[in-house]
Amino acid sequence: MIRFDNVTKRYAGGRDGLSEVNLEVEAGELVFLTGHSGAGKTTLLKLIALIERPTRGQVLVDGRNIGRLPARAIPKHRRSLGMVFQDHKLLPERTVFENVSLPLIIAGMPRREIARRVRAALDQVGLLGRESAKPESLSTGEQQRVGIARAVVSRPGLLIADEPTGNLDPALSLEIMTVFKRLNQVGVTMLIATHDLALLDLVGGRRVVLADGRVSGGSG
Amino acid sequence: MRQWLTRHAQNCVASVGRLVAHPGGTLLTVAVIGVSLALPAGLNILVRNGEALAGGWESVRDFSVYLQPGAELANAQALVNELENVVDIQSVELVTADAALKELRDSGGFAGVLDGLEKNPLPHTLVVRPKAEVPAANLERLAAELGKRDIVDQVRLDTDWVARLNALLDLTRRGIWLAAGLLVGAVVVIVGNTIRLDIENQRAEIEVAKLLGATDAFVRRPFLYAGFWYGLVGGLFALAVVAGGLALLGGPVARLSMLYGGSFRLVGLDGTSSLAVVGGGLLAGLAGAWVAVARHLAAIQPKV
Ligand SMILES: Nc1ncnc2c1ncn2[C@@H]1O[C@H](COP(=O)(O)OP(=O)(O)OP(=O)(O)O)[C@@H](O)[C@H]1O
Ligand SMILES: [Mg+2]
Repeated sequence: MIRFDNVTKRYAGGRDGLSEVNLEVEAGELVFLTGHSGAGKTTLLKLIALIERPTRGQVLVDGRNIGRLPARAIPKHRRSLGMVFQDHKLLPERTVFENVSLPLIIAGMPRREIARRVRAALDQVGLLGRESAKPESLSTGEQQRVGIARAVVSRPGLLIADEPTGNLDPALSLEIMTVFKRLNQVGVTMLIATHDLALLDLVGGRRVVLADGRVSGGSG
Repeated sequence: MRQWLTRHAQNCVASVGRLVAHPGGTLLTVAVIGVSLALPAGLNILVRNGEALAGGWESVRDFSVYLQPGAELANAQALVNELENVVDIQSVELVTADAALKELRDSGGFAGVLDGLEKNPLPHTLVVRPKAEVPAANLERLAAELGKRDIVDQVRLDTDWVARLNALLDLTRRGIWLAAGLLVGAVVVIVGNTIRLDIENQRAEIEVAKLLGATDAFVRRPFLYAGFWYGLVGGLFALAVVAGGLALLGGPVARLSMLYGGSFRLVGLDGTSSLAVVGGGLLAGLAGAWVAVARHLAAIQPKV
């Protein structure tokens, strides 16, 4: 599903976010990406989402070298995966329903189908009934779950998440992880960056450890 | 295709919703656009009314060409034929010396004096009617040229004030084009700036949309629709302003005309001009939005 072949990402200014990373994630896997702050976790996810391009090496998603995709092909690529952000990136002016429906509107889905899918996604994260609430009236954990619902509403085969539990207390974190595990059980491939090692001990799953931009351990 | 149309329709309606959601700012923008477009439209009406007014004195544009006393009738006729072929001239009437004398005699008063003459002292005269749209400058050139001919004694072009009016109308017409150009340019800038602010205000939404895989076209569309609506409603607003102005002036003008024994009525905007106002507004709105979108949307790239 995802393959990194000797990938180096050098930022403008000369800092290497990633150095010669090799990594393979099979379809259906649940992989946790860990490592110290500045290790390159976010950089790795940004390369997958084409927010950044690799300086050297190949990033393959579904067998395609996405590093070579032209700019106009980026939107389609992004629509094919789900993304969860640490700061959840919900639109504060929009209701929960509108926020979750955004990927489907972007994809041009008919309205009726959208309503059905949005409710199904909200149901998966246990937020059915909060559709007309504004994000700010939700708790942090609930907001994060809305973000997850938005990431899965278009039923992507791959979901990437950058510290989705970074702002949450242990109980909420575990709740979020449970949601991820459930999604993984229905076949979604997942790559989740986190430095919450205690949580990982509870959840299990494969780990890839990054240090200074290199894969330093885990089952990479 | 149907899906594409539906999406456009939804966007179109949604953009109205967004504009209505901020009535204050939207109204202000529409009003500024409306006034900007109403100005050239109003000037246009001024000129059209001036033309209507000037057109009523068409005969004043006629001018008389007095031939040398004793000029041959055949030569006079030849000149008539020649002038009738000049593009600026609509018709030429030859008043022969005999006809002029008869007319003078019939009008009475001079009977005794005229009878005492053994020769007709009057020359042949040509009454030239220029075409309506011929500018005064052409008439003057024509008159001067005719005056230089041997057969011609004198040309009386008594159209000074009509010439001035026409010159003024001409100037105003050009002024309108200039003003219209400038003001449409202003509308482009106004809409462009408004859309720029809209884009700035929706920066977060645009970033998120791009992160979720929105194409440039998707992100662009609502802003182009907004520009479209600003322009369209601004154009209609301009028509309303013009109609209001005409309604205010119509009564007094009719009264004034009546006092002068005339039947002059104010001419309003015709269909073509109305369409030009609305269409111009619409295009200027779209253009403004396009400029803003082209300059500011690409710069917004999502950061994580
Ligand atoms: N836009 C950028 N420009 C320059 N350098 C960057 C940029 N983004 C990241 N870096 C550098 O690349 C390295 C890896 O950063 P990255 O954000 O991938 O780390 P991380 O593992 O996500 O850290 P954290 O746990 O703090 O989020 C860091 O040294 C960072 O300073
Ligand atoms: Mg990070």
